[in-house]
Amino acid sequence: MRIELERRPGHSALFSVLSPFIALGLTVVAGAIMFTALDKNPIDALYSFFIEPLTEVWSLHELAIKAAPLILIAVGLSVCFRSNNWNIGAEGQFIIGGVTGSILPIMVHQWDSWLVLPVMLIMGMIGGAAYAAIPALLKTRFNTNEILSSLMLVYVAQLFLDWIVRGPWRNPEGFNFPESREFDVEAILPELLPASGRADLGIIFAVVATLLTWFMMRYMLRGFEVSVLGQSARAGRFAGFSANKMVFFAFLFSGALAGLAGISEVSGSIEQLQPVISPGYGFTAIIVAFLGRLNPLGIFAAGLILALTYLGGEAAQISIGLPDKIARVFQGLLLFFVLACDTLIHYRVRLKFVAHAEPAGEGA
Amino acid sequence: MANHEPGHSDCLLEVRGLTKVFGELRANDHIDLEIKSSEIHALLGENGAGKSTLVKMLFGSLEPTSGQIFWKGNPVTISSPGQARGYGIGMVFQHFSLFEALTVAENIALSMDDDVSIENISEQAAVLSREYGLPLDPHAHVADLSVGERQRIEIVRTLLQNPELIILDEPTSVLTPQEADRLFETLEKIRSEGRSVLYISHRLEEVQRICDRATVLRHGKLTGDCDPREETPASLARMMVGSEVKSVSNTGGSVTDQVLIETRKLSAPARTPFAVALKDIDLTVRGGEVIGIAGVAGNGQSELFDVLSGEELVDKSDDIRICGKDAGRLGISARRLLGAGFVPEERHGHAAVSSMTLSENMVLARHRSDAAEFLTGGPLKIIRHDVVRKASERIIKEMDVRMSGEDPDASSLSGGNLQKFIVGRELDRKPSVMVVNQPTWGVDAGAASRIRQALIDLANSGSAVVVISQDLDEIFEVATSIAVINEGRLSAAEPSENMTLERIGLLMGGIHGEDAPAADTHLEAAHAH
Repeated sequence: MRIELERRPGHSALFSVLSPFIALGLTVVAGAIMFTALDKNPIDALYSFFIEPLTEVWSLHELAIKAAPLILIAVGLSVCFRSNNWNIGAEGQFIIGGVTGSILPIMVHQWDSWLVLPVMLIMGMIGGAAYAAIPALLKTRFNTNEILSSLMLVYVAQLFLDWIVRGPWRNPEGFNFPESREFDVEAILPELLPASGRADLGIIFAVVATLLTWFMMRYMLRGFEVSVLGQSARAGRFAGFSANKMVFFAFLFSGALAGLAGISEVSGSIEQLQPVISPGYGFTAIIVAFLGRLNPLGIFAAGLILALTYLGGEAAQISIGLPDKIARVFQGLLLFFVLACDTLIHYRVRLKFVAHAEPAGEGA
Repeated sequence: MANHEPGHSDCLLEVRGLTKVFGELRANDHIDLEIKSSEIHALLGENGAGKSTLVKMLFGSLEPTSGQIFWKGNPVTISSPGQARGYGIGMVFQHFSLFEALTVAENIALSMDDDVSIENISEQAAVLSREYGLPLDPHAHVADLSVGERQRIEIVRTLLQNPELIILDEPTSVLTPQEADRLFETLEKIRSEGRSVLYISHRLEEVQRICDRATVLRHGKLTGDCDPREETPASLARMMVGSEVKSVSNTGGSVTDQVLIETRKLSAPARTPFAVALKDIDLTVRGGEVIGIAGVAGNGQSELFDVLSGEELVDKSDDIRICGKDAGRLGISARRLLGAGFVPEERHGHAAVSSMTLSENMVLARHRSDAAEFLTGGPLKIIRHDVVRKASERIIKEMDVRMSGEDPDASSLSGGNLQKFIVGRELDRKPSVMVVNQPTWGVDAGAASRIRQALIDLANSGSAVVVISQDLDEIFEVATSIAVINEGRLSAAEPSENMTLERIGLLMGGIHGEDAPAADTHLEAAHAH
C-alpha cells in the first residue's frame, strides 16, 4: 500500500477562502484533546485561552500592541519572500530600528518639539533598512547566502543593544540598572484611546502598511516585478527587471518596516531602551507571513491570531496553571493545520493498494 | 483495425481501449495500439492530441481511467516508471528529467536501479555514446549543456538499461541531419537486435523513412493505423490535423536598403567555463530579410540570443546597432523601445512565467514598450489590467491560441499554443527587428506553420528577422539567407537558394573552406536525404 498526493484538476475557490478557518477549527479541536489529556476541563481551558482575552477592552488593547509589530514585520517579509529573498533577520532589523530611533530621545533629550517623534520614526526605519542592506550587499556583491548572513546579524544586533544599554546609554539617574534614560513625553507614541487601554499608534501603522503593500502587490508594476523575479530570475531578466536591484528593494523594504516596528515598540510600550526589547517578534513574524500566505490582508488576520496565542498563553498561565509554552504549542498546531489544509485543497490523498505483480520475463 | 483477440504472441505491447479522463477532458479515448517485436512504431499527432498522456500511461507515470495494457500477451498494470523499466520499457522524454547540478554520469547513475559505481557508468556511457554516435562527456555538468546534449544523455541513459521497448519523444528535433541519420542507424540497429521502438514525431518524412507502422491520434482519439510507407505526407497530415496542413507561402517581399540590425566583430567571453564564447560575429540584416542561423545545439546560439536581446551587455556600445542606433550597452527594455522584439528558446521561466496568467505575461514583455497604454498613475505605475487583458485577447484571436478558460495560466497551455502567444505578443507590436531562438521547438505542425508564416509576413512588411534554429527544414522554409554558427563563430550569410543541406552540414561541423578535405566523412550521411 502506498499513499499518494494526487493533484486535483481544479481547486474549490470556496475552500481556499475557508481554509484558514478550517485550520483554526482543527487547532481548537486538537487543543481540546490536549487539555483533556492534561486533566483540564477543555471547555474552560479553551475559553480562557481564546475567548477571555477578547472579552475585555483592555486586553483587546493588549492584542493590538502584540499584533502591530508582528503585522508590520510580516508584511515587509512577505514582499521579501515573494521576491525569493530570504530575510530571516527581521529580529535584528527590529532591534537596530529601536536603537537608531532612540538616538534622539536619549542623546538630545533636551530637544522638546513635536518634530521629535516623526524624526525618531524615520530614523528607526532608516536604521532597520540600513541594517538589512548588509545581507543585501553581501548577496549581490559576493553571492553570499542571505539566510545565514541576515540570521547571524540578529545576534550582532542583540549584543549591540545589550552593550549600548549597559554602557554608553545607561541612564545616569538610573541607579546602575541596565536601562536607558526614560523617554520624554514628546518621544512617546501617543495612545489611541487612553481612557480604555494602552494601544498606541503602532496598530495604525500596521493597518497603513498592510493596505499600501497590498495595493503595491496587486496593482503596481513594482509588485508585478516582485512576483516575476521571485518565480523566475530568467524571465525577470527577459522583462528587463534587475534581480540585484530587487534584492536591495526587498531587503530595504522589509528592513524599514521591521525598523518602524522596533521604534514603535520602544517608543510606544517600553518607553526606554532595555537589554531586550523583543519577545522574538522578528521570528514569529515569519510564521505570520506564511500563515497569511504572503498576502498582506491575510497577514493582518494571521498577525491578530498569533498575537492572541501570546495573550492566551499568559492567560493560561494565570487561570489554569499551565506553562506559557502552551502558546508555542498552539502556534505550531495552527501552522501545521493551515499548511495541511492548503495542501489538501490542491491535492487529494489516495491510498493505493498495488498487487505486486512481478514483471513478466527477465527484468533489467 | 483488425479486431482480433488480445494477447497475440507476436505483440510485444498491446493496448486495448485505453482511456484517461482529466476532469471534463478525455485526453485519451479508447486508444488501441499494437507494437510488435522488432518494429519501429510511430505515434503521430499534434500537440494536445494525447500522445504524451498515452505514453505516460505506458511508462507508468499516469494511471489509466480504463482499458488494459498487455505486455507479451499478459495483462499488466504499470503503476510506476520503475515497474515499466522492470518489464523492459525505456523512455526518452521530450522534457528532460535531469539534475542540472550533477554531472552526466551522476544523472545516469540516479536512474539505474542497481548499484553501479560512477566510474563504471562513465565508461559504459562513453562506450555507448561512441557506438551510437552521440558524443557526450560523462564528467560535464548538465547545467552547462545545451538542449541537444541533454537529450543525448537521456538517450544514452535509456540505452544503458537495455530495454526491449524504447519510447522516444521527438528525438530528432535538436539534431543535425547527419546526427539524425546516425540516430536512425542506431534505431535500425536496435530493431535488428529484436527490440522495438515507439517513435513520437511530427516529422512525416522521418516517420515514413524509418517506421514500420504508424498510429495517429487526434483530440485524444485514434484516427489512423497504417503503414506510413504506403501513405503520402499529405494523407498522414490529414489524419493528424483533420485537414491539410497549410504550407508556408513565401511570396518574397522586397529587401530594403535599410540595415535594421547589425553586429560588427562582436565578441563576448564565455560567462561560465562551459558556455561558448562568441567570436567576431558579423551580422547584417536589412528590412525584408529573414536570416536563418543554423547550427548544432550548444554552439553559441543562446549566447548570441542573449547579447542580441540585451539580457547580456557587450563591452562596446557600437558592437551592436539596432535601427541605426548603438545598442551594445542598452538593456533589453531600451532595445525594445528602439523597435526590437525577442522570443527566447525556453518558453517556461524565460519567455513566460508559467504560474502567471497570459495577460500577466503580456505585461512581462511589454510593460516598457507599451507603458503609455498599459500603465497609469505616473510614478506609481499602476497596471491597467483591463487594457492588458484586451491586448492579450487580441493576440489570442490573431494567433489562434487554443486554451481552456478565460485568461488561464501559461502552464495550462500546450507548448504550441503558448509559443503562438509568445510570438504573437511580439508581432502585435509590429517590431522592426525580431530575433527568435528555436521558434518551433516542441511545437506541433499546425502551430509551427502558423508561427513560420507570421515571421515571413513580418519580414515582408519591411522588418528584419533573425531566426536561430536547429531545424533545417524550418530554416529553408523561412530564411532569405542562411548563416551557420559553430563554436561561437558565425559563417558569412549566403542567399538560401545557394545553400544546400550538404553545405550547411559541413559548416555545422566547422568546415568553412570551399573545398574541405574532410568533406567525405561528413557527406556520406547527408547523401541519404
